[in-house]
Amino acid sequence: MTAQDMKVTTEAAGMAMEPAIRAPWMEGIQRLLRQKTAIFGLIIVCLLLLTALLAPLIAPYDPVAPDLPSRLQAPSATHFLGTDELGRDILSRIIYGSRISIQVGILAVGISLIFGTFLGAISGYFGGKPDMIIMRAIDIVMAFPYILLAIAITAMLGPGLNNAMIAIGIVGIPIYARVVRGAVLSVKEMEYIEAAKVSGCNSLRIIMKHVLPNCLAPLIVQATLGIGTAILDAAGLSFLGLGAQPPKPEWGIMLNKGKDVMHIAPWVIMFPGIAILFTVLGFNLLGDGLRDALDPRLRNTN
Amino acid sequence: MLNYIIKRLIMIIPVIIGVSILSFMLIHLVPGDPARMMLGERATPKAMQELRETLGLNDPLPVQYLRFANHALHGDLGSSIRSKLPVTEEMANKFPATLELSCFAMLIAVLAGGLAGIISSVKPYSLFDNLSMGAALFGVSIPIFWLGLMMIWFFGVNLHILPPSGRISVGVELHKITNIYLLDSIITGNWKAFKDVLAHIIMPSLALSTIPMAMIARVTRSSMLEVLGQDYIRTAWAKGLPGRLVIFRHALKNAFLPVLTVIGLQFGYLLGGAVMTEAIFSWPGVGRWLFVAISARDIPIVQGGILMVALVFVIINLIVDILYTYVDPRIRFD
Repeated sequence: MTAQDMKVTTEAAGMAMEPAIRAPWMEGIQRLLRQKTAIFGLIIVCLLLLTALLAPLIAPYDPVAPDLPSRLQAPSATHFLGTDELGRDILSRIIYGSRISIQVGILAVGISLIFGTFLGAISGYFGGKPDMIIMRAIDIVMAFPYILLAIAITAMLGPGLNNAMIAIGIVGIPIYARVVRGAVLSVKEMEYIEAAKVSGCNSLRIIMKHVLPNCLAPLIVQATLGIGTAILDAAGLSFLGLGAQPPKPEWGIMLNKGKDVMHIAPWVIMFPGIAILFTVLGFNLLGDGLRDALDPRLRNTN
Repeated sequence: MLNYIIKRLIMIIPVIIGVSILSFMLIHLVPGDPARMMLGERATPKAMQELRETLGLNDPLPVQYLRFANHALHGDLGSSIRSKLPVTEEMANKFPATLELSCFAMLIAVLAGGLAGIISSVKPYSLFDNLSMGAALFGVSIPIFWLGLMMIWFFGVNLHILPPSGRISVGVELHKITNIYLLDSIITGNWKAFKDVLAHIIMPSLALSTIPMAMIARVTRSSMLEVLGQDYIRTAWAKGLPGRLVIFRHALKNAFLPVLTVIGLQFGYLLGGAVMTEAIFSWPGVGRWLFVAISARDIPIVQGGILMVALVFVIINLIVDILYTYVDPRIRFD
């Protein structure tokens, strides 16, 4: 997952949106909808969002309240995906779990995005000393295996969903900083930036109004892929006991608790894993599709 | 060439210093008293005071760091709070297990992923290509911890054909030389142990290999596709060279650089990031050791162990960089 991000980073870094293309976003959306796999990803992501939004309406049972008499029931007409070791309906828990996963994915990526954009923009726009200091710091953070660093930060902050989210957000910062820096470097040489400087804009205004809006494309791609990765990592941390704590209906903690009973009730671990798999797959497909759709270098090649 | 290597070596010095600062600071990033963090809420003031003295936590942070760095330069990273063993010794005990698992997983990933990538590039958009690239997409999205559990459930619990955890069965004798069990059993000609170790390593290495395998397959395919479209390949075909020769000698050689990048990067992650796999399969390696130490807030291991893992990662990246210049003479010396 981590190296996947790194690969994406190097690919995304070079692709700032070309300016002065008429209605570039519409064209991008059209290109996106021409790809079957991207549509598949989009459908998965939309279904996930709908599930999370409508959880209280579509979940057949309470996701948290134990129901001991009906514990460890195999999938049936009353419990489509069976029940867990406390008799809770697994389908309902997966449905409510989508809320936690989406929340974690978006907030973790939000942290990486805000700090990464800030550092990357300074680094790319000003160059020189600030650039050198920020990039060296990023090299240092990236010298640590990503998941190990996330585990260490979570454990130091104390186990819990919020801390896991913060940790995943922090270890993601370097990737976004690099993407933004690459994009800013290619945008800042443009003539309209020159024009803005000549007309007396200060650096802050140029960065906010002229540079960053033209760096959006690679950021959107990276953030889409990043949400999938963040959801996967958060589930992993929860699985290790560092993230969400019971009885929260979180997918990773469901696997953690289910592994003790999997020899007699394999459905307890089977379905939460499938939920994670398809969620991550959906964001990956959508992210790949967005990259192909928004990358100017690929334009008009088909 | 030598100049280049020396230059790269000098360039990693600031990174190593930074890495050591960050490893040291990890425990201090959080507000609060490290001694209380380790001993818990119910610790007596006396016990906390003793721990602070042992670890030198009463000194100012820069003093603590300089002491840490000075000791580290002399090969001393302190001793574990729980086992009392030196951190370096524990690391040396755990590292062979992780190295063995990572190498085996990488071997599977390179062979299977590389082959799938090559076949896909030779017959693009064929059934095989679509299936293997579909599988690769699932491969990068699958949660390893879940895949591991499903494997244990299927092969270990249901079919009873593979042991669900550990490196070697209790009661199987093996004379340990390198502590890389597969190697040791081959050296000593102990085939009973070899079979047992092999059975233990299959599931964790398969689980660990999914992500690198998927990435190698995708990168090999795209890189090969690019090379196969070039003029000199057409010439090679036109000369009537056998396909094997064109694909492996002419094309693969030139398509290898991006694949090498992925292999190098992934190998670094396998060595330090195999935490999930090692935790699920109770593999006694570095990842599991660090995870347990982090959970128990064993400060010397957290600081020293993570520092060593990061150093291994930096060194592997350096080796990959240097290998580039061999594979692609165009990027030499810059």
